[in-house]
Amino acid sequence: MNLHSFLLMRHELMLTGIALLILFIEIFFNEKRNHAIIPICISLFFINTVIGFLLPSHSGTLFGGMYKTGELQILMKNVLNVGVLIVLIQSVKWLKSVENIGKTNEFFIILFSALIGMNFMISSGDFLMFYLGLELATIPMAALAAYERSKNKSAEAGVKLILSAALSSGIMLYGVSMIYGMTGSIYFDDISTAFTGSYGLNALALIFFFAGMAFKISLVPFHLWTADVYEGAPINITSFLSVISKGAAVFILSIILFNVFRSVIVMWQDLIYITAAITMTVGNLFAIRQTNIKRFLAFSSIAQAGFILLGMISGNQIGMTAIIYFVLIYIFSNLGAFGVATAISNATGKETIPEYNGLYKTNPKLSLTMMLSLFSLAGIPPVAGFFGKFFLFTAAASQGFYWLVFIAVVNATISLYYYLLVVKAMFINHNDEPIAYFKSDFYTRLGLLICLVGMFVIGFASNIYEFIFHVVSKI
Amino acid sequence: MIDFSYAIWIPLVPFLVFAVLGLFGHYLKPRISGLLGTAGLLAAFILSLFVAYKYFFVVGKIDASGVVTDTYQKIIAFNQVWMHFTDKLHVDMGVLLDPISVMMLVVITTVSLMVHIYSIGYMHGEKGFERFFACLSLFSFSMLGLVIATNIFQMYIFWELVGVSSYSLISFYYWKDSAVSAGKKAFIVTRFADLGFLIGILLLSYTTGTFDFVTLTDINGPAIIQGSGIMFMGLSTMTWSLIFVFMGGAGKSAMFPLHIWLPDAMEGPTPVSALIHAATMVVAGVYLVARLFPIYAFSATAGLNVVAYVGGISSLLAAIIACTQFDIKRVLAYSTMSQIGYMMLALGVSGYGEEQGLGYMASMFHLFTHAMFKALLFLGAGAVIHAVHSNDMREMGGLRKFLPITHITFLIACLTIAGIPPFSAFWSKDEILTAAFHHDKILFAIEFFVAGLTAFYMFRLYFNVFWGKHIHYHHEPHESPFVMTGPLIFLAIASIFTGFIPFHSLVTSDGKEMASHLNLLIAGPSVLIGLIGIVTAYFLYKKETAIPDKVASSFKIFYRWAYNKFYFDELYLFVAKKIIFKRISTPVAWFDRHVVDGTMNSVSWVTNYISGSIKGFQSGQVQQYGFAFIMGAILLAVVFIYLWIH
Repeated sequence: MNLHSFLLMRHELMLTGIALLILFIEIFFNEKRNHAIIPICISLFFINTVIGFLLPSHSGTLFGGMYKTGELQILMKNVLNVGVLIVLIQSVKWLKSVENIGKTNEFFIILFSALIGMNFMISSGDFLMFYLGLELATIPMAALAAYERSKNKSAEAGVKLILSAALSSGIMLYGVSMIYGMTGSIYFDDISTAFTGSYGLNALALIFFFAGMAFKISLVPFHLWTADVYEGAPINITSFLSVISKGAAVFILSIILFNVFRSVIVMWQDLIYITAAITMTVGNLFAIRQTNIKRFLAFSSIAQAGFILLGMISGNQIGMTAIIYFVLIYIFSNLGAFGVATAISNATGKETIPEYNGLYKTNPKLSLTMMLSLFSLAGIPPVAGFFGKFFLFTAAASQGFYWLVFIAVVNATISLYYYLLVVKAMFINHNDEPIAYFKSDFYTRLGLLICLVGMFVIGFASNIYEFIFHVVSKI
Repeated sequence: MIDFSYAIWIPLVPFLVFAVLGLFGHYLKPRISGLLGTAGLLAAFILSLFVAYKYFFVVGKIDASGVVTDTYQKIIAFNQVWMHFTDKLHVDMGVLLDPISVMMLVVITTVSLMVHIYSIGYMHGEKGFERFFACLSLFSFSMLGLVIATNIFQMYIFWELVGVSSYSLISFYYWKDSAVSAGKKAFIVTRFADLGFLIGILLLSYTTGTFDFVTLTDINGPAIIQGSGIMFMGLSTMTWSLIFVFMGGAGKSAMFPLHIWLPDAMEGPTPVSALIHAATMVVAGVYLVARLFPIYAFSATAGLNVVAYVGGISSLLAAIIACTQFDIKRVLAYSTMSQIGYMMLALGVSGYGEEQGLGYMASMFHLFTHAMFKALLFLGAGAVIHAVHSNDMREMGGLRKFLPITHITFLIACLTIAGIPPFSAFWSKDEILTAAFHHDKILFAIEFFVAGLTAFYMFRLYFNVFWGKHIHYHHEPHESPFVMTGPLIFLAIASIFTGFIPFHSLVTSDGKEMASHLNLLIAGPSVLIGLIGIVTAYFLYKKETAIPDKVASSFKIFYRWAYNKFYFDELYLFVAKKIIFKRISTPVAWFDRHVVDGTMNSVSWVTNYISGSIKGFQSGQVQQYGFAFIMGAILLAVVFIYLWIH
């Protein structure tokens, strides 16, 4: 392992180092007083994030082409790191709660393992590495979903996640094995040249592979696990699942579709066309009916995934840029919304939308943050979400998918309706017993502040979009 | 080539002040927030003067390769791609320096600074003092951003920002119904005009393929050489787009027939009127036409005729109405409209380049002088209103004894607007009349007549307020504090001397110096008709007599007509209520309620029904989820394999 290969694998290596370090630290800390481990872990991860940004980006391959990285991959990992950092900051209050004493370090180790898996997945150069990364990202997630062991719902969420994930992995491996059968290789480079033509087997392989990934991104009809798991899992884990896990899967799926399946672009464009339309519509229809804020955000995130597909369908640089840009904005917006929901849930245990009635009277700052986050999710200017959606639509329109853009616009309007329902609940609806005023702790406020700043800065600072475009166009 | 990138701070400083006042204004003492706002503007003012000096006298004529030319260059001092549509089409944010934008920077920061200082006295003790200064700073920022725009899209964004901040200032006394409805009226009318502007922008960028001003107005560039586009109803697309753009300009500049919002906007605090409705926002329309002038001149002469005649009609109508009004701020509002009509007309009769461009130069010159003397008039009127607590000139009289400084400065402003030499407007108005004379005799006749009317109604106002009858005031009026009279004195000095600025060598249509000479055959009669106007006003209003009423009754119908502002408001109300609401809206509303709503209701019912019935899929049973998963994959496979293989 020389410096060059360290630089290539720095995200994975540093994270592994941190995870191991936490294991050691745990030994030296008293079980009862281990709150100190929280700031230590967060600062370690913060340092990791900063280093991830600062070190120069090289492109290259390791392990005979199994591991492949470049500016694009490093950018994606950095984006995920930022998201994880916010999730960690938002989790502090919850981690300090009584029932979590004695297992905080588990939280960090498991979560970092999942992130390592995602990083490997993004940097994979063949299907084996990809699959290992995928499983490394999924199995810890199930453990995290079941983190609150004493609660039935949490345990149920963990079981549901692992069972569904196993099924999806099975189907995906089936698809991958067909690809291997047709091309005789599992390396992406080989497959991209050999995987051509339109035969039945070809299509079957693509669809099965796509179905497996669609499970991770929770596209309809592979989304059914989402709502139950999101609702059952602790809310901080839910935000991690809905933002980071989904973002990572979106990244790798677009890399694979854009590069490996380049030759069958017509096929997967059809595939994405249908799933995007269904996903947006079904996600929205379900979201309208939800009263639990976590389920509500779960379905809204399904619909958002449908919008991301609009960037993917274009198959060009504009699309890739739009995807990364949107995921970055989505991290801040969704974590903003989840952050407020977390703060309220942690302080009062209330998680349904009717209970939010009249929130503005008692907690104006939280309500405003929630409103801006929802505006960003709905895509209302001047919040960043507008620009994110705008570029996704532009990407799809650039390849002539006008009808799909039309469906997306209709769905954006429907989504506006239900996002505004929450805003209406907080600002207009009358409530005799609104949630009483409470003061959030430092970490909660910090997390929300980061989200708010992000939502505005990313929208207005065009340099960020330009930078992403610059990185993407080098590929 | 010198680095002008610091010019970006001219708009940014007011913006920062706005941010501070907007966020923390509640925590500051009113005095501090007033001083902070003023300090911000002072910084912008000094910076603008510095930029103007550097640009006009040091480096403005040095082109990109470092060669000294005889032409003022367009300098992009700062540019940043803001939104990326395609490789070619992107929206930038930047700073463009050329003679007119540098001149506007000076105008805006000067007047805005004076208004800030004045407001510290005028708004003293008012509720929402810090909100007022926050809005003023936001307005100054938007206006400065508008004039330095490098492309038409940036201009549009700031155009709307200017609109938003001006509504908030017009409706500043939000507890007064009239102020709120005036804000609303300004909003609706200018919104309507802005729609035209937006259509114009889209047409223009579609025909030329660019938003960029430098490319658009390059006389050897694609926009002018190739682009006039297809013909529609006898005019080219280019002409249509420029007419639409002018519609936006006419709305902001209160040109006939979109002028009805301006008199009502006087509901705002008086310093606001001085800033927005005299010197800055209302001339945005003139600036817009001047900015796109080369295209108008080369590709859309029909558009220029529209500009000229709209300007001429506006100035005549407004001058007639101004003779009949009693609210001093409304008189000034109509006078503003009339003077902007002059500027528009001057642009409309102008050609491009050298001596042909006299009208262009005259228009910019008049814009500059007008900003000074009209701000002075408004601030003077503010001092009067401050002293007697009324807007109605029938309740005033003999104020010269109580308000000596206001009186003298107001007199200077009145002499200036009447075109008496050597005050500034004499020089600028003379150039406009000369330009009109060479182009179109009818327009010249109108403007010549308006010059007399202007002198008449301004001195009607002056004599009524400062001389005339003796009124017993409840509280003895007293002169305003120095923070208010100081700006008056400054602006009075500016009104006297700005006429000597050699505009013909600084701000011209092609950036080259042009010859300027006083045309005595035109200057003489125009001074004469101004004097006639003054003398008439002197005999009618110096002392309280019955003559004005007699004159009014002998022209009864016409007087009524003019007094009621030619019934434009009523006409629009009639059109809106009787025709649009009744004949169009009612049937549409019926259709909307029964057919559209019915459809929508059934759609939402169906949506709800579907979302209710598919809820069953979400049963919580993992085995069912797995089943759905596999069925989904198989279904996709069957469908697509069928599709792809056939």
